[in-house]
Amino acid sequence: MDIIIIGLLLGGTYALMAMGLQLQYGVARIMNLANGEMLVAGAFGTFWFYSATKFSPLISLAVIVPLAFAANWAIYRVLITPLVRRAKSQGQLEVDSILATFGLSFIFVGGLLALFGGDYLSYSYLARPIFILGQPYGLNRVTAFIGALALCAGLYIWLHKTRAGLALRAVAVSPSAAGLVSINVPRASALAFALGGAVTAAGGSLLSIFLTFDASLGVVFTLKALVIVIMGGVSDIRGAIVAAFILGLAETIVASLVDPGLTLAAAYVLFIVILLIKPEGLFGRRSS
Amino acid sequence: MSNADTHGDTKPTAFAQAMLDLRESAVLSGTEKRNLAICAIVAALWALLPLFSTGYILSLGISITIFAGLATSWTLFSGPTNYISLATAAFFGIGMYTVAGGVNLLPYPVLILIAAVAGALFAALIGLATLRISGVYFVIFSLGLAELVRQVVSWGQHVMGTSSGLYVLVDRSDSVFFWQLLVFTLVVFLVSWWIGRSRLGFALRIIGNDEVVAVHCGINTARAKVTLFIISSTFAAIAGALVAPRWSYVEPTLAFSPFLSFQVVIMSLLGGVHRLWGPLVGVIPFTIMWEFISAKFPSQTTLLLGVAFLLIVYFIPHGFVGLIEDFSRRRSGIWAALRSKWQAKGGGHE
Amino acid sequence: MQRRNLLKLAAAGVVAGSLGLGTAQAADTIKIGVVGPKTGPLAGGAAITHFPNFMMWQKLVNDRGGLKLKDGQRKIELIEYDDRTSPPETIKAVERLATVDNADFIMPVYGTGFNLAAAPIFAKHDYPQLAQAFVTDQGPELIKRYPNLFIIQGPTKAFARDAIAVLKKLLDEKKIGNRVAVVNVADAFGIELANVARPLFKEAGFELVYDKSYPLGTQDLAPIVKGAKAANPDAFVAWSYPPDTFALLEQAKIEGLNVKAYYSAVATAFQGFYGKYGQLAENVLGAGGYEDTPAIRDYMKIHKQVTGVDADYWGSALYGSMLQVLEQSIEGVGSLDRKAVTAYIKSRTFKTIVGDMDLRNQQMTRVWTVGQWQNGFFQAVAGDGFTNYKPVILKNNW
Repeated sequence: MDIIIIGLLLGGTYALMAMGLQLQYGVARIMNLANGEMLVAGAFGTFWFYSATKFSPLISLAVIVPLAFAANWAIYRVLITPLVRRAKSQGQLEVDSILATFGLSFIFVGGLLALFGGDYLSYSYLARPIFILGQPYGLNRVTAFIGALALCAGLYIWLHKTRAGLALRAVAVSPSAAGLVSINVPRASALAFALGGAVTAAGGSLLSIFLTFDASLGVVFTLKALVIVIMGGVSDIRGAIVAAFILGLAETIVASLVDPGLTLAAAYVLFIVILLIKPEGLFGRRSS
Repeated sequence: MSNADTHGDTKPTAFAQAMLDLRESAVLSGTEKRNLAICAIVAALWALLPLFSTGYILSLGISITIFAGLATSWTLFSGPTNYISLATAAFFGIGMYTVAGGVNLLPYPVLILIAAVAGALFAALIGLATLRISGVYFVIFSLGLAELVRQVVSWGQHVMGTSSGLYVLVDRSDSVFFWQLLVFTLVVFLVSWWIGRSRLGFALRIIGNDEVVAVHCGINTARAKVTLFIISSTFAAIAGALVAPRWSYVEPTLAFSPFLSFQVVIMSLLGGVHRLWGPLVGVIPFTIMWEFISAKFPSQTTLLLGVAFLLIVYFIPHGFVGLIEDFSRRRSGIWAALRSKWQAKGGGHE
Repeated sequence: MQRRNLLKLAAAGVVAGSLGLGTAQAADTIKIGVVGPKTGPLAGGAAITHFPNFMMWQKLVNDRGGLKLKDGQRKIELIEYDDRTSPPETIKAVERLATVDNADFIMPVYGTGFNLAAAPIFAKHDYPQLAQAFVTDQGPELIKRYPNLFIIQGPTKAFARDAIAVLKKLLDEKKIGNRVAVVNVADAFGIELANVARPLFKEAGFELVYDKSYPLGTQDLAPIVKGAKAANPDAFVAWSYPPDTFALLEQAKIEGLNVKAYYSAVATAFQGFYGKYGQLAENVLGAGGYEDTPAIRDYMKIHKQVTGVDADYWGSALYGSMLQVLEQSIEGVGSLDRKAVTAYIKSRTFKTIVGDMDLRNQQMTRVWTVGQWQNGFFQAVAGDGFTNYKPVILKNNW
């Protein structure tokens, strides 16, 4: 039982890493290699907020989320839009966005380094056990898990119950068709990109209560998020969420029952097997 | 892909054209001879580098040579097929660990051979398994693959309980090292060039343009792709084996660094993947820019590299190949204009 | 098109050549080259242990007017490069310092693999390489290869051996039982330590009730700590790296992994570790440790004042001592003759903040290997060549 709970908690952690990228890639079609750096920026923001004010790190979300949203909106408008305009095909946009966001990730790392230094940053918050069914779990992890669930549910409901959400989903399925039914595709893409950035930063903020960060750590999160998003299938946010939980459970099961040394290996085996069976990911649709 | 033979004759014109081209390509044309000669001269000049500098310039030369080899071999597969592979590090690491594991047991050339075979076998396995995956799924798949290999190697090292394989202490001067790499890169170039004008290369060009047409021409697309992937990956493994002695110490995080894969992809894309010399013109300016920023702005290196990167993406949209071809087109345009003017003038006198 | 390649190559030469022009300085400063990771996986550790020491040294030396040479006092100038935690970058940066910047001395680089990758260049240009953050069991072979290489760190074996000796002593005094749970990070130092330690544990009469590795960058260590706890150990040993060292302690507390002796390797000696966990970190054992002397306390205070960074309790003071050795040798020789300085280092012992340092055999013979947090100071409890160790205190429950 406790293996399942630990697995779910880890799955929540992974969902926080991957949801933002899912929005950015699934809807806006931008393979954002600077996604992990945005997550680290969120974590650093919370660290800074917590050490300065001593308020709960959760309150910092109220500041970080709008800031990240605005910053990502600006990034999309200034840096990405020219690429989208000049791209003749999806492939061209993919190559250009890989190159551009790779550069962007360097700028982020350099910026974080200049602002915060290269040191490890971490703080202790809610690092006490909470007992579920008689077994202890980190209260901070449980808190982050609840945050992840809230984010997942919020995003899902927003995407499925509101007009703006519908527009985003339409763009995710087919940008050209969405344009035909008078959806403002550039605006929807910018919205998805900005929202994705905000979700990622919120994820970083929540993760910072139990993970230790340094300025160069972003790439680790980018890689994990890429794997999760692809495993889930790029065009559906449920895919990323389900994939995150599958990975969390699988890693925990392997770590507890087989050998912790093989956890990440197991995760990648799972990823590879899923792609071999279903090359478009769990929730992916076969493109013509 | 299996129905290739049954449709072999549905596109007779394209097929006949293909055979014609193939026959022509059996002999070297004048331009090709000239290009080969120029290539040989450039390589010979480049080989003289250690005579001028054994220090920093040489290590810069080593960087350029190795990345030229890696990027060209990457493009060999990814250029024509449009499969962006992030698995370079997996094969590079395999090569490195082969040398690290056997350096005290077997002679070095044998190890390079083993590394090549190991890389090829592994690539064949992967290649056959991954044919169904394409586009961005393949990109991340290859990345996952590299990480998987790294995880398994790290775990294996723990289980086997040996750490002696980490040290690769071989005496070799930088010049010898440079020449080895140069030979490696030249081989990559020659093989790429040869494949480009062979039946296989021709098949790949058709696949790249339209896979359906390729199938209808009777091309076994699966075999062509896997063959290329194997060749390309084998080169990456050899590169790893060659570099190991220079690093002296091999650890999983460094040998399988995903950053290496990204670097190779980025350099190739910056150059241009549809010309044999494309990666080369990506690698050289990229390495020099990288060095320039590292040397001049040591405390803001990362930030400025990022800025430089964005500038390249926005202002050189078609890679360096695009830039050069634009320039040469414009120049030949000017020449043609001048020549016709001159002829118009001079023609009257004759 | 190949013609243009040739042009590119020529341009490459020109650009590369011009890289050095701007850094040519007047000859009245002593140029000290520094290479290390400002970004990449090792950047976090280097920001604490590596870079600040050089900055502090520069400030202290220049404040007193510079190094005293035969032809007068000369100030020092640092030339720093980022190697982005990548061996080829390290190699290039050191070459650049040696042949383009013409650095008078080059500081050791950061990390075992990196120092090894750079060793041939140090040797080629006769730079003394006072390698720090360099833990290896190949010491004897390496110093034979590189006569200018000095290893200012204990061998891997010593860290494992002494940590086990500390536990063994507790076992012999019947303070703890013989059940040990061991975990290690599956990367270079973690693997080496675990492999060296395994037979030593058995020799010392311990039973390894749990012995697992975990991948570098594991985000949730709960299953490992749970596994260790389920094995019901008397002592817990983690051959761990920085982010995990932090996470393991938190997880151990949450899981209620109560042991009488708790050891985690790299980063336990960081002040940030104690800063984060405070009382929880009390009596935690780890790699490193300093003897509590006025010299050390002064060093830590000045380090913080000058650099704004808290020194650690393992490598920092060794860096400080290494720089004292270098400083005394340059002034002793009275010139920037690198061969003479290397010979000088090999010829005597030096008074440093960690006591007498003897590098005549190119490897430091005195080193603290195991420390324990006691009242906010990471006290040395075991080591090589010292006699004055603090007794180990048993750990209370969390």
